[in-house]
Amino acid sequence: MLSLMIVDDSNIIRRKIERCNDSDRFRVVAAAANGIEALELFKQTRPQVVTMDLTMPEMDGIACIEQLMALDSKLRILVISALSDKATGISALKKGARGFLCKPFTDDQLLEALTELTED
Amino acid sequence: MSQETLQVFIDGVVRYFHHTNDKNVKVGTPYLVENNKPAAYDVTGIIGISGPYRGCVYFTAPRILLKHLLLSIGESDTSNEHIFDLVGEVANTISGNARSRFGHEFMISVPVMIEGAPNHIHLPAQMRSYVIPVYWKAYHAAVVICLEQ
Repeated sequence: MLSLMIVDDSNIIRRKIERCNDSDRFRVVAAAANGIEALELFKQTRPQVVTMDLTMPEMDGIACIEQLMALDSKLRILVISALSDKATGISALKKGARGFLCKPFTDDQLLEALTELTED
Repeated sequence: MSQETLQVFIDGVVRYFHHTNDKNVKVGTPYLVENNKPAAYDVTGIIGISGPYRGCVYFTAPRILLKHLLLSIGESDTSNEHIFDLVGEVANTISGNARSRFGHEFMISVPVMIEGAPNHIHLPAQMRSYVIPVYWKAYHAAVVICLEQ
């Protein structure tokens, strides 16, 4: 079972991601509302997988990805964002994210994206 | 504002509702309003826009629509906190999705959620806004676009 941290400034999105996770494959160990909180919780819980929003107060997702990857280069990060332009996706992937899921998303799309992220 | 630009936001709101359990959303004909008489329902989520376009995009809806929308995305807690969270998330999603057409220079802020209509800080009095009516279940809501290039 893989440990998962959810990062999103929306509580309803954090709860949606938590609800639709396959409990046999993922165990949610932390949920953060911005990048700064995510970095603190990462150091405490050391998750193997992270879902990451991009537009957040305090510290945005791109900056947070860069810092998380500096702490753990094997971390698997799935960006979940409404920002649907190619440049943003490429920027997140260059910083170390391994997948991108555009909001709005269905439960099936989330599970498929997480499965692809953790298959290798 | 061109029809093509408005269509980006129409597509965005339709896409959002198509990801709920009740996909039967309808969009009315957009119309212009003076910013001193802004369109608003009970709760409003505002996204500030900067870059080549400047202004704001907001989603405004009655509480009862937002309560049903929460249930429709599987959220059983329809508290006021979640109603405000949702109206901001809808505005954020519609605005963020618009970057697929306008590119990464279409900069969006984090959402600001308020009761009622945006004030002059978000909605400059000398400008006008396009209102896109949204009909879902028995309720009316609106996406409002106030942008200058």
